[in-house]
Amino acid sequence: MEELARISAYLVSLAIMAGIYSVFCLGLNIQWGYTGLFNIGIAGFFCIGAYTSALITTPKPTGVYARYVHQLFGLDMPFIVGLIGAAIVCGIVAYLIGIPTLRLREDYLAIATLGIAETIRLIFNNEQWLANGPRGLMGLPQPLSWLVDPKHYNYVYLAIVLTVVLIIYLLIERAIRSPWGRVLRAIREDEISAAMSGKDIFKFKMQALVLGSMIMGIGGALYAHYTRAISPSVFTPLYGTFIIWVMLMAGGSGNNKGAILGAFVVWGIWIGTKFMTDMLPYTLKARAPYIRFLFIGILLEIILIYRPQGLLGEEKRVSKLVE
Amino acid sequence: MLELIVYGVVFGSIISLGAIGLTLVFGIIRFANFAHGDLMTAGAYVALFLVTGLLGWLGVPDTNFGPLSFGWRMLIAFPVSMAAVGGLAIAMDRILFSKLRAKKSSAVILAMSSLGAAFIVRMIILILWGADSLFYRPGMLRHAVELPLGIKIRPDQILILAIVVLLVGTLHFFLQKTKMGKAMRATADNMELALVSGINTEKIITLTWLIGGALGAAGGILYGIDVQLHPYMGWNFLIPLFAATILGTIGNVYGALWGGLIIGVAQQVSTAFLLPTYKPAVAFMLMIVILLIKPKGLFGGSSD
Repeated sequence: MEELARISAYLVSLAIMAGIYSVFCLGLNIQWGYTGLFNIGIAGFFCIGAYTSALITTPKPTGVYARYVHQLFGLDMPFIVGLIGAAIVCGIVAYLIGIPTLRLREDYLAIATLGIAETIRLIFNNEQWLANGPRGLMGLPQPLSWLVDPKHYNYVYLAIVLTVVLIIYLLIERAIRSPWGRVLRAIREDEISAAMSGKDIFKFKMQALVLGSMIMGIGGALYAHYTRAISPSVFTPLYGTFIIWVMLMAGGSGNNKGAILGAFVVWGIWIGTKFMTDMLPYTLKARAPYIRFLFIGILLEIILIYRPQGLLGEEKRVSKLVE
Repeated sequence: MLELIVYGVVFGSIISLGAIGLTLVFGIIRFANFAHGDLMTAGAYVALFLVTGLLGWLGVPDTNFGPLSFGWRMLIAFPVSMAAVGGLAIAMDRILFSKLRAKKSSAVILAMSSLGAAFIVRMIILILWGADSLFYRPGMLRHAVELPLGIKIRPDQILILAIVVLLVGTLHFFLQKTKMGKAMRATADNMELALVSGINTEKIITLTWLIGGALGAAGGILYGIDVQLHPYMGWNFLIPLFAATILGTIGNVYGALWGGLIIGVAQQVSTAFLLPTYKPAVAFMLMIVILLIKPKGLFGGSSD
């Protein structure tokens, strides 16, 4: 019985992380899957989302704590305000990146987003006054924590995460099946003919970039309130960007169900490889994460060459009016 | 300040070596190669393996040249590592990029594949050597000599500049005077036109990877001699490399050379006002400014 409870608690924690990654995949799917924007700075939005929500929901430290914990502000507001704030700040940052890059060749956006992600991490690491520098912030509040025994709180949080995933999924499905969504896909397929049909390419690309990044901000906030402690070292290109790309490509870009499926499958594989590397001899154990990431990297290359459409592939029919 | 500029030129010349390879690949194979920084790392670690492992085992003496921090072993390891990484870049192309080209995948998919390749190379280095900083010659005190105007510089750094000048000079001769070099410039200018004029573009692509990989390896080793080796060194170079490439106009070798020097000097001089850890951010900011005011770079036009 106790064994069963342990396994179910483990599965719940696994599902929470996969659910949080689903949010990122849905955001990336708007940018890449539907519009063809190559954002490789997801970690930057991850980081901003997490920190914004942390600053909004924690109180500013007072008394003896204020000597050890520095933060720009602390509003002590509810969780939902944190989520919304995270989305807004990420949207603003995305807008600022979009201005110099979205009119240029597609790879410029990739280079710029990579740069901004690294810069954001450097800022949070070096600027003590902003959010406590490399030590980061701790003790983030968890919503509805009064509901159950802390031991079982993860079940509540899983329900919250899945609700957020469902809401975002329904909203995107609705948007992507609208005329607006069809313009995005037209831009992805052929920018020039979309422009010739009188569509303002820059404006639509900007909307997709901002909307996708706002969703990533929500993902960052969900992560922060799950782990309750964040520091800049978490938001590396590996955990924050690369694995999300593999998830979306595995599930099927241009398909929201695929984005969610990819997050669960790849997170499952990632955890599964941990069991495999646990069997390694002791001397190799310290390097086990690298072996696991090597495996994920090879997985991406195999998908790109042999199954670029991913598990589900794109849904071609997105309007009831078109057969 | 003058000293910072001199250090910036040394650092920038290393960026230039990487940026030249990156701009060639960008111009000829037409995608942003995110694995280029990790090719630099691979070069540094292959040389490390040779210097501290294989060459010692083969009985090559471990003495330094005069005031320099390296000797015969590095002299042998340097070209061998350049060739090895050139080969690695060609292998990457054969295993990954050529397959995607054959499927007519977009440039963005190729860029994504290179991002994957970058992680694969880095993970292999991390598995083999671990995450710590390493040195070709640990624990050695490295004395500086004083030049006029009170500039302190290490003999190693003077030699780094000399090697960069030698490599860039050789490349210049190759591109301007040899038939293959001219064919390469032609392909960078216009792939279709080169194809119909009977240039073997597959051969040009292989050559591009060889040169790009070899120069990148040279840059990685020189950084290792100047500072240290670290599995993330190449990844941290990536933003300065792209900044230099865009500053110097994509596809323009000479532009990349100047772009690298400008970025290097800007990064070093910034340490007078900012924390040194912000160096990559300085390169990034410069790149954004260039994208805003002159997105085609300062060296617009073709490669000559």
